Order: sequence, then C-alpha cells, then structure tokens
Amino acid sequence: MTAQLNAKELREKLDYLLGPVLSSRRSAMPLAEAIAVFDRPSQDFMLHWIEVIDRSNYEMAYQFAAAAPAALAHFDTARAEAWIIHAMDVYDRDGLHHGTQALRQFETFVRQTSEARAATFAEHARVLELFVCGLAGRRLKLDTAADAGTDTETLFLPPRIALFPDKADNLAVYRILATLLWAQGRHGTWQADLETACAAYADPARAIGLLARLEGLRLEARVARTFPGSARTMTRLRGHAPDPRCAELAATDASVADSLKLLERLYDDTDPPEAPWHFSLQTKAATVRAARLKRERSEFAAALADLVRQQVPPEKTATAAENRFSIDTAASSDGEGHREFELRLDGRPLAPSQPLAQLVDSILQDLGEIPDDYMRASGDAGHAEKEDAVADSGEEAPLAAKFDSSVRFYNEWDFRRKHYRKDWCTLRETDVEPVDNGFVESVLDRYRPQIAQLKRSFEAMRGEDRLLKRQAAGDDIDFDALVEGYADLKAGMELPERLLTRRHKAERNLAVLFMVDMSGSTKGWVNDAEREALVMLCEALEVLGDRYAIYGFSGVTRQRCQIYRIKRFDDAYDDTVRRRIAGIAPKDYTRMGAAIRHLSTVLNGVEARTKLLVTLSDGKPDDYSDHYRGEYGIEDTRQALIEAHHAGIKPFCITIDHEARDYLPHLYGPVNWTLVDNVERLPLKVADIYRRLTT
Amino acid sequence: MATRATPLDPRPLQSEARIITAEPYYEPVSSEIALFEAAYASALPVLLKGPTGCGKTRFIEHMAWRLKRPLVTVSCHDDLTAGDLVGRYLITNNETVWIDGPLARAVRAGAICYLDEVVEARRDTTVVIHPLADDRRILPMEKRGELLQAPPEFLLAMSYNPGYQSVLKELKQSTRQRFVAIEFEYPEAALEQVIIRKESGTDAGTAAALVQLAQMTRNLKGNGLDEGASTRLLVHAAKLIARGIPAPAACHGAIAEALSDDPEMLRAIDEFTASVF
Repeated sequence: MTAQLNAKELREKLDYLLGPVLSSRRSAMPLAEAIAVFDRPSQDFMLHWIEVIDRSNYEMAYQFAAAAPAALAHFDTARAEAWIIHAMDVYDRDGLHHGTQALRQFETFVRQTSEARAATFAEHARVLELFVCGLAGRRLKLDTAADAGTDTETLFLPPRIALFPDKADNLAVYRILATLLWAQGRHGTWQADLETACAAYADPARAIGLLARLEGLRLEARVARTFPGSARTMTRLRGHAPDPRCAELAATDASVADSLKLLERLYDDTDPPEAPWHFSLQTKAATVRAARLKRERSEFAAALADLVRQQVPPEKTATAAENRFSIDTAASSDGEGHREFELRLDGRPLAPSQPLAQLVDSILQDLGEIPDDYMRASGDAGHAEKEDAVADSGEEAPLAAKFDSSVRFYNEWDFRRKHYRKDWCTLRETDVEPVDNGFVESVLDRYRPQIAQLKRSFEAMRGEDRLLKRQAAGDDIDFDALVEGYADLKAGMELPERLLTRRHKAERNLAVLFMVDMSGSTKGWVNDAEREALVMLCEALEVLGDRYAIYGFSGVTRQRCQIYRIKRFDDAYDDTVRRRIAGIAPKDYTRMGAAIRHLSTVLNGVEARTKLLVTLSDGKPDDYSDHYRGEYGIEDTRQALIEAHHAGIKPFCITIDHEARDYLPHLYGPVNWTLVDNVERLPLKVADIYRRLTT
Repeated sequence: MATRATPLDPRPLQSEARIITAEPYYEPVSSEIALFEAAYASALPVLLKGPTGCGKTRFIEHMAWRLKRPLVTVSCHDDLTAGDLVGRYLITNNETVWIDGPLARAVRAGAICYLDEVVEARRDTTVVIHPLADDRRILPMEKRGELLQAPPEFLLAMSYNPGYQSVLKELKQSTRQRFVAIEFEYPEAALEQVIIRKESGTDAGTAAALVQLAQMTRNLKGNGLDEGASTRLLVHAAKLIARGIPAPAACHGAIAEALSDDPEMLRAIDEFTASVF
C-alpha cells in the first residue's frame, strides 16, 4: 500500500489545486493537517474530488476540502460521493452560496438520507404526473413548493416527504396530496371567494390556514368515498382520531360553504389536528381561475361560432341572431362529481368535438354550470383575448415569438462526477431563414449528370414486390420447379420440397435524421460542401421515398444551444426547404450532447423499424468559455450517443476531420463513422454512404 | 357465470359446419343486435368498429348463435394474402389439387365469415372482398377461373380498430363504404360492472373498483398509453381476484403489464390500483 501523505506533502498539493482562493489569511495548512490523519485511499479520494470540483469552481473545491475530513469521519466513500453529487447539483442549479451551504450541511444530508426513507418529488414526478392525468383526464402541471397547494392549474407538491419510516408510505402521502389538490378543483373549493371571506377576520392569515384544514377534511371525505384504497391509507397514516367538531364536513353534499360556516365557529377555538397531507390554500388561485374563466369563455364563444359555421349554410349566417344555443347539464350517474351535458343549436342536439367537450368540462368544474350569457357564438372574442394576452406578457413576447417558445432542457454528462448535471443545457429550436440566392439551382445545374446517376442507383433500391421462386412455403405453385422436380421423380429421385412461389415485399421501413454541423468552423468551403451534399441527398432520397429530416445544430454555452430546423419529417421537399438549405450558415460552437439528445427525441417520435441519426461534422465537440472542449465534450457526446442507442436509434457520423480516427471510434464504435478526406468529394459521397448504410 | 360455457361444439368439424349451441354471453349496449339482424336480412356486410377488448368478437359469436349460422373467423395478420382467404393449389400424388380457403368455404356453406382486425391483412385481400361486399355478392376465384355466388345466408363481417394512429392501418374508403358499420365503445360504467360480474363471478365492490381503475387508464390514452384498459382486461383481473389473488397483484399482472412496458407508467397504474382498492 502506498504510504500516507503527510501534512507538508498535502499542503503542496492543496496550494497547487486551490491557489486562486488561498490568501495570507486563508492558508491550506489547516486543511492539510486535517486530511493528513486519514489513510491513503481516503486521502486520494478527497484529492480526486477536490480536483474534480476545482474544474467547476475553486471556492466550492475549497469548501469541500474544509468539510471533507469531518464528513468522511461520518460516512463511507459511497455515501460521501452521493453527498458531493448532491452539493454539486445544488451549485449547478442555485449557485455558489447554496452550493457551499450544501457542502457544509453534510449532517443534514446524512440525517435526511439515513433516518427516513424519503420519497422525493424528482424521483416520482412522472409517475405523479401520469397519476394526476388519469384522475383529471387532462394534463395538469406539477411543480415543487415548500407548501403543498394549487393555483388550479399547477399542483405544487413538497420536494421531499420523509414523514414515515417506510418509503412506500411517503409516496402514498404524495399520492393523497395530489388527489386532494385535484379535488379542490373537482369539488368546488374555488367556487366561493375565499380571500374576501377570510379578509373579514381579525387575522386573515389564521383564517385561511384554518379554512385550508377544514377544506382538507371535507375533500378527504369526498376522496374517501370515491377511492376506498386511498381512504384506507389515510385512516392508517393519519395518526389521530377524526375531530368530532368537523363531522358535518363528511356529509355527502358538504360544500365549501359548509367549510366557511364551520370556520366561523372554530375561529376562536382550537385548531383541528393537522393531517400528514395538509395543504395551504393559495390566494392567487382566485386570480388564476379568473384569468382562466375569461380565456375559456372567449374560447367557448369562438367554438360555438365554429359550430354555427359548420352547422348552418352560409346564406343563413347573415341572420345569425336566430341561432340559439342551449345546454343541459346533469350530474352523471357515476356519483363522482362528473357532469354530463347536451348542447343544442335551435333545439337540435349537436355532437361537440373533443376540445369543446373538454372546455365545457373545465368550465363546469369552475362554475358548476354554463351560465346563460356564455351561450352566444362570437368569433371575435377569441382574437381580442389573444391580443390582450400578448400585450400582458410584455417583453416575453418577442423572445417567445422568435424561438417558437420551444425551450427544452437537457441533462449533460459530467464524466468526472460520473453523473448527469440535471437540466444543464437550454435548447431552442428555430427555423433556418430561407434564402433566395439560386444556390440550389446552381448545384442542380453543376451536378446534373451525377444527380441523374444517383437517382438511378437509388431507384434500384426501392422496395418492390418480388416473386421468390422455389420456396418451401408460399402462395402458389412454382411450375418450373414442379416440372423439374417431376422429371427428377420419374428418374427415381425424390421430389424436392421447394416447389412454391412467394411474393415478397421488401419494405424500407426506416426514418433518417441528418444532423448538420453549423458551427463557426464550417465557414467557407465546408459549409458549401455541406449544403451541396444536402441538396444531392434530398434529390436522391425523394426517389427512394424514405422518411427523412434535416436539422442543423450550433450554439454558444449551455444556456444557448440551438437547433435549426431545415426539414422536419412531415415537411415536403419543396421550395421552402430548398431555400432553407441555401440559408444554412456557419453560426457558433458545437455542443453536441444536447443536440443529439434533442434530435433523438425528435427521431423517436417517428414510427419506423430502423431509425438512423446521421451526423455531418467537421470536428470535435466544442463550446465557448467552459470546459466542454476536450475530454468532457467527447464523453458527454459519447453518453448522448449511448442514450440514443438504448432508445433504438442507430447513430452514424460522416466527418471531414482528419483527426477523426483519434476520437470517433470512441464515440460511434469502430464502424459507424466514415471519413471523407477530400471536402470537394463530400457532396458526391454523402448520398453514396447513405446508400451503403441502408442496403 | 363463473366459468364460461364453450360456445363451440368440440367435435372436430370444419368451422363452417360448426353451429354455436350454447348462448355466448353478450350484454347489448344499444340497438346493435337489431341493426345486425336487419343488415343480415338485407344481405349487407357488417363492419364492427371499436377499440380492442370491447366485445366485438363476443358480439359476432352471439349473433352467429342467434342467427343459427356457422361462424368462420379469420384472424388477419400482416402476411395474410388473398390466396390464404380464397384458396390455393396444393400438390398431392403428382397432381395439383385445389383447396378452398376459409372465405370460400364460408361462402359455399352460407356461413358468417368474420375477418378479425382486417387492416392487418395485406392490401390485396381487400380486392377479393370488394365484389363479395357489394350487391354482386360474388367471390372471384381467379386461379380457378370461377365465380362463387354467395347464398343469401352468407354474411361477411369484419372488425376494425380506428384507434391505431398509423396511416398504414387505415381502412380505404372504397372498402369501408361497402359496409354497415356498428360502432362499439367500452360500455358505460354501470353496464361494464354487470359484464365484469357475470364473466368473472366477482363481487359488486371489486367490479366497481375495476371500472373506476379502467376509467383512469382511459384518461391516459394519448398521454403515455396507446389504449386504456379494455373490458376484456378488467374481466381478466376480476377472474384472478375471484380466485383469491390480491387485487394489487391481479391488477398489476392483468392490467398494468398488459398496457405498458414503461416502468413509470406501470407504477402510475399501480398507484391507481392503490387508490381504488
């Protein structure tokens, strides 16, 4: 075993690693002395992580060095690693201040991870989201907040629940909370103006807190009737007897008005006990609800107007005043609070579309009925509303418009931490601006003979019916084989088995996505070659009929990863696409991981037996001003490709980088890449490579 | 009815000679029985539309029993060709012998021919169906140069699930417009409970909880699930429960795992089960 390092040796190393944050008043010596007492493996562990954290932030590394000796006295290296990753996640998300706090509070971390088997929101978010969707019949947003509650559009749940020693019970509390928050909307908590009602009390904050508890009890009873399983869990986990003063809230027809009445009586009394799944009533829910009512009302009016247009011949619409809508609603038989409705126009029943039915359901949940003044068709209300919405959102609007508001977040792999940095990259999709410069026409002109030849060779690949002869099983008799076989039989041999013909349809069930490097380094002839290659590829693929899409990628830093749409799977290869290809221009850097992750998602949205992700690249992954360049970027890209592979995508890379041999085999495997060493040959080669790849 | 009586006579007969003797249990949802009988009387082919497991096949068995006609069922798959339906030559004793396919046999016997999931079959199969499905009612047997005229008792029926979103699995207008279409949906809650109880012998509480569970999974259609839990799956789960399997395990095996492979979706469905049982 290698010998322990002494304080002096350690100090030298720390001076080197932490130099930038050391000063005359902050020396590495105390750290070195604290670390010196550990055995060599522990010392190495600490030094390794100091070095790793160093690359993110020196101060974090210093704080780690300071906290590590005490922490390692507490737990083994596996637990310590979890603590470091947790702290680095906090640093990534919330910055240095919170990050250093997370490092210092390792005791809290120990307690939270060992004493209670906590359920965390992050771990169960998708399950809860699906659960709520199943309850509500539509997607509701879920998010974390210290206090559980809902503004009627988003359900806020605590980031972690560690109330019970059993993890399953903590998850059950999440489930019950989500059900109760959904029940607020379903069972009419917001049909009364709670804020005004509570403002009448001397201490409105206490009033709303108490009301939340009463509503909790009322909704618990409601939920218990519909969900016997949840009812049993609630009884088991509640931990106290029901408060007899609140018994009336369990009545079948108890409404928010009953809770308000009970609030009056209990305001000066003691509070009923708090349930593990307590929530707070969010006063802004009223505002959100008001905004939604306004929006849905105009949507409803516009939907009715659409119905009039569909139902009434145009010559009659001039007298639109005659068209009278009416709606009948009735509680449905399932006793779950659902309401059914029938919509009539001039007395005739109409079949509402799915969106309209959802809209009505949503309004019914808010108001309990469709008020008479809703029943007027109007096409303009919606427009006015939309303009309002744009004006309200202020400075957000131009940004949103520019980027289609399609912002996505992607994890990034940090090979040193051997963990993902969560939602590390911000990625936006935009269209490439079409350019009218005759580029495509000139390419078509210049390469006319080559394109004709390409088309011919691609035509030969088209999946067509073939008649397979001499088959053991098939639809019909192969008479040639039969006559031959019969002759054999007469000659004393055995009749061969393969006497049938079979139709075989060679189906090319594949989708391919081309991912084009639009980094600054492609400026000049590389960019020209890429564009020419794309034109020829499109010409050839149109013959073949394979589904294909083309996207460009570039960006600066993790905050601004960009994907440029050139041709989506559904787009036809038309003039716009051609002008977009002409418009492909060198942009910034190549943060490949995020691009691969995003485009894998796009590719996975397509149904095909074979999915290909072909990258056209001119060099290593690279990005501005952070550590993406080099090993980090390569490892992240590799990880993204592994993820794509797991998702059933076959990645392939076509590159012109002469150093590609050094890193591409590591990224794509030994065979899934090819080097075109002469840029001028790229346009001719790409389609050729594609043909080889798919036959 | 704890165990379902075998509707098919177990004697080894060709299917076109089999008459269903015991009544297959079927609970009418609206006027589909009258509609089917009228179509049969008018010699019009019938298209049963609806999601998987909602009772299409059971309905056709029930109608075959009601009309006392043999039932020939062909489960269509993507390798099913016109030859598989109409017939083909085989070689026996140095001779080619013509063997009728199930459709031709059904036509000859005046049976009900039921093409299950017809969109799965190859496109060329629809070509042989067309002349049989309009007022000509003939089955052209190209290879024999024969036109087979269907007797009045013959009925062509097929099923189709419009829920598949694949463009490849759409029924062509020229095909669908030849048929009287009967739409099937999952029965409404109360009726679905009755069906589950009759089929599995389980108690009312279990049936109600299963229907509620199904409703929640149907809410997830398009949000992670391609289809919600069908009545058939509910019956499966109910049968397991009736045999003493605890509800969470029964629902996990019969419903959750049947609907999805996504681990998070499975957990979400397990959460539904935990809520309703």
